[in-house]
Amino acid sequence: MRKTITNLGRIASSDITPQDRYLSRRALVAGGLGLAAIQTIGRFGGEALGESAPGALAYTRNAALSVTDAPNSYKDITTYNNYYEFGTDKSDPAENAPGFRTQPWSVTVGGEAEVTGTFTLEDVLKPHPLEERIYRLRCVEAWSMIVPWVGFPLGDLVKRFKPTSKAKFVEFKTLYDPRQMPGERRSVLPWPYVEGLRMDEAMHPLTLMAVGLYGKSMPNQNGAPLRLIVPWKYGFKGIKAIVSINFTERAPRTTWAVSAPEEYGFFANVNPTVDHPRWSQATERHIGASLFDQRRPTLPFNGYGPQVASLYSGMDLRKYF
Amino acid sequence: MPKQGRHHGAPPGAASLRAIRWVLKPVLFIACLVPAMRLTAGAFGLAGVSLGADPVAFMLHTCGKWTLNFLMIALCMTPLRDLTRSVHWLRFRRMFGLFAFFYVLLHFSVYLLLDRAGKLGDLWQDIAKRPYITIGMSALLMLIPLAVTSTAKAQRRMGRRWLRLHRLIYAIAVLGVWHYWWGVKKDIREPLLYACGLTILLGYRAWKNRKSLASQISVANVARTDAS
Repeated sequence: MRKTITNLGRIASSDITPQDRYLSRRALVAGGLGLAAIQTIGRFGGEALGESAPGALAYTRNAALSVTDAPNSYKDITTYNNYYEFGTDKSDPAENAPGFRTQPWSVTVGGEAEVTGTFTLEDVLKPHPLEERIYRLRCVEAWSMIVPWVGFPLGDLVKRFKPTSKAKFVEFKTLYDPRQMPGERRSVLPWPYVEGLRMDEAMHPLTLMAVGLYGKSMPNQNGAPLRLIVPWKYGFKGIKAIVSINFTERAPRTTWAVSAPEEYGFFANVNPTVDHPRWSQATERHIGASLFDQRRPTLPFNGYGPQVASLYSGMDLRKYF
Repeated sequence: MPKQGRHHGAPPGAASLRAIRWVLKPVLFIACLVPAMRLTAGAFGLAGVSLGADPVAFMLHTCGKWTLNFLMIALCMTPLRDLTRSVHWLRFRRMFGLFAFFYVLLHFSVYLLLDRAGKLGDLWQDIAKRPYITIGMSALLMLIPLAVTSTAKAQRRMGRRWLRLHRLIYAIAVLGVWHYWWGVKKDIREPLLYACGLTILLGYRAWKNRKSLASQISVANVARTDAS
């Protein structure tokens, strides 16, 4: 699978062709000029239909599932984030990811499901109408942002693969390609990055497969072409550049939980009452706040408690942090 | 005065002392202030300087790193004196040490006043609960007596005790690097770099001490042999 991606990636015309145009051209080829392809173009290649903004996506606003706070600036969202595959500094992803090839892309689906195999990104995305959701993002490092993501519910995608009754968890993996991802040449974390959710978490309507932000296709440094957003969990659960979806009976061994089990758990629900061993999680610094603004209180489940707390009723959240 | 003489520990000429005092030191002093000036400009949005998306974290890390940088620079002066056989280096040691103190005070102020909004309760809790803050805080406290006794007058008055007290700087530097190491999330490359630098600087002193100790012992042995 990895071979497919890197071999095809070697063509590297993405370096000279704008990504969205490249994508729509591929969609045409892949779809054999069929209806499906036109839909894909409509969603991804605005330009082909005479819209002017490059990378603009067609989507509807989901106000019901959005917060009303003002989103952070596009600049802050795209230049200040963690994406260790491109380096450990928060400015590294923006510096090192622009050349990253997200076309062609495929996703391998396996494990306890009836529909498995390797699918092109176009096939994965095709049936899903996109929506914008303005979510809170809370990093485990105690800073936070508001981000207008564009995507679709992960649950809708999961249903298409018809997980069996044995599927209790879903596991995701990031692309492993050290030639493109300089951070993967160092063993700061065990690669590839692995994340996972319990099945009910994956099916929750708030859980998003994101393909864009601010109405445009996802910048490489934010996890293009396909990333996970689980707004009531710490940001590291939001695995980026997903190439593998695997349905499992046992809890996946997720990267940060393996790497520092006393500091990061599988669930990683935002919880102001359970501190990181080295810092408090009770408050957060909001990105974009002025130097003299105070820290904000962190909310249980990042403010999504009313929607998700019931998933964890009866669980000791100090133990399952 | 022949050039060679100056490089081999001869008393420096009045001209070069004047140059150090009136030119080199002021220039270095201004240079040492540049990181602080940059942060000030960024804090008030002057001259197009920005502190980035998370200004408090940026200020905190910048001041912390410059504290370590100045500790390292101050600790370089003695080895440089030995290497170049020029005592001039030691004329800058106090200034660098005091700049380490200046930046650690900024580091602490940003943490307490900006990050924790001046809540002393948060400070006590952090000191009690978080080992990396406990050691950082002890390093800061240990720097205070050193800064207070950094004047020539205090040095004269304290005599040998001054030397003993100022050896604390070795412990302070170790605690400072340790504090940084424990504070980072996962990527320990930079703290490791400081740790390596510090190992060399302290290792050099240990090696020198052993050598002088060895020569003392051999002198003592010779004396004993002579006596017998």
